[in-house]
Amino acid sequence: MDKGNMEPVLKISNLFKSFGALKATDDVSIDLYPGEIHALIGPNGAGKSTLIKQISGDLEPDLGSIHFLGKNMAGLGVADRAQLGLGRTFQVSSLALEFSALRNVMLAVQAKSGSSFRFFKPVMKDKALIEGAMEMLTQVDLQERANIPAAELSHGERRQLEIAIALALKPKVFLLDEPMAGMGPEGSKKLTEFLDKLRHQAPILLVEHDMDAVFALADRISVLVYGQVIATGSVDEIRRNPLVRTAYLGEEVV
Amino acid sequence: MDKFDREKALNVLIALSLLIIPFIAIEMDEPFYVTLATRVVVFAIAGVGLNLALGLGGLISFGHAAFFGIGGYAAGILASHALNYEPLMTSLFELNGTTEMLIIWGVAVVASGLAALIIGLFSLRTSGVYFIMITLAFGQMIYYFAISWPAYGGEDGLSIYVRNKFPGVNTLDPINFFLICFTLLMLSILLISVLKNSRFGAALQAARQNDERLSTVGIHPFKIRLTTFVVSAMITGLAGALYADLNRFVSPSMLSWHTSGEIMVFVILGGVGRLFGPVVGAALFILFESIFGGLTEHWMLFLGLVLLAVVLFARGGLIGVIAGKTRHG
Repeated sequence: MDKGNMEPVLKISNLFKSFGALKATDDVSIDLYPGEIHALIGPNGAGKSTLIKQISGDLEPDLGSIHFLGKNMAGLGVADRAQLGLGRTFQVSSLALEFSALRNVMLAVQAKSGSSFRFFKPVMKDKALIEGAMEMLTQVDLQERANIPAAELSHGERRQLEIAIALALKPKVFLLDEPMAGMGPEGSKKLTEFLDKLRHQAPILLVEHDMDAVFALADRISVLVYGQVIATGSVDEIRRNPLVRTAYLGEEVV
Repeated sequence: MDKFDREKALNVLIALSLLIIPFIAIEMDEPFYVTLATRVVVFAIAGVGLNLALGLGGLISFGHAAFFGIGGYAAGILASHALNYEPLMTSLFELNGTTEMLIIWGVAVVASGLAALIIGLFSLRTSGVYFIMITLAFGQMIYYFAISWPAYGGEDGLSIYVRNKFPGVNTLDPINFFLICFTLLMLSILLISVLKNSRFGAALQAARQNDERLSTVGIHPFKIRLTTFVVSAMITGLAGALYADLNRFVSPSMLSWHTSGEIMVFVILGGVGRLFGPVVGAALFILFESIFGGLTEHWMLFLGLVLLAVVLFARGGLIGVIAGKTRHG
């Protein structure tokens, strides 16, 4: 893609993170430009989750920097980064399970549309919150299930709900941690089409195991092995890269 | 009937029964029961306070006696200074005690809120069993401080010779004092009910269910919890001030961890997170105390059995048994 003189939305520079002797993140530099989907792939244990946690604010890197919209994220927690526009979904759905699907999304609409330190007006009479949340549920095709508690939703529906919550935050970047996991072929296909359109709303950093989805969606791919980025490039470049073929893709790509 | 409506109907029934008991007692010439009913009401307010933190926020505070006691001492100290005509302080300007309940309540609420702010700043950085232990530790610190502070009675406590005043009401009439406390109980329950349904309440309940979810949408769980802890302490502190006036006596035992445990028992017996749970819990507690307390000093054993049964078989407490599970909209 033509990046011209665009500034990256997310810029990760020379990031290091160790747990004892284990180098989970070893000099990682990745960036994300407006309008693109940058996929992050790598075998299990490559350090993808650790990297995601450093971007989201769960973990502080040992060294290196993360700039989001030109702002250094050092010292900012998860909530601060979310407020700045980082829309994250989890590998294993993380929802308020007692709340209905609607109320889960309403929480995000509420966070986006002002203070949570409002003590008197009942949320269930707040039309703006309800309608805003319903709109997001409709986008992920979950409107029929709005009043079902998250605990009673199917696995696939929970994944959709997570995306609806992220959408409601109107983020500047989507950080999607294995959104296809456990979705089934039909669900993956639908979600792939959905994410393809989503990139116009905000760029996506996509961690994914489903190679069909990655190859269909990604503008660029970075391959993480043992905490290091061994290659970054377009789908074709990554397919052809001999290092990647031996280290990761193995027999999968013919 | 819809389960949701059933709880509402039950709440109205509980409130009305509690309200008429003192009038029946007076009718039957048994004024002692008015005092007993007032005790239920005051304990219930303390429980309503804890229920905000424990029930809605999932904050298992084992230190709420601190706020109950601080509220009590605020009443005791202000009243004793006023009754002895000793100013609280004379340097800078003269500050006198007072026997006006409205002022005493204000001081009790602010003092317990401030204490909760400080305790919360430390304790809310932890969770689970550590949170329980830290709140317990802070509570015990304040308890030992009160014991070793001779100016206000130390271990012997502090007597208030005359019940404090409320504008336009003769507070010495037990029914009147009951009605004041009852009104405050209803107001505190109303406050919790409003909070529960608000944006703040939504964030608080989300914090209990899933901390990570809340921060990922950009809301700081810590700030939400700290606010909750302070409001919760303020309500319990108000109950402490009323308790001092009910007994016309304040003692360090109000601050002890037994009291924290008792307040927690009110909440759990009645139903954690249920609006009227603490009312039912406090009523049952007082009922057991007065029925079995006359027979044996080990009456808590019986209460313990009930508590065990509730925890094992009826997580929603007694309200849950009658009204069924809660529904979340």
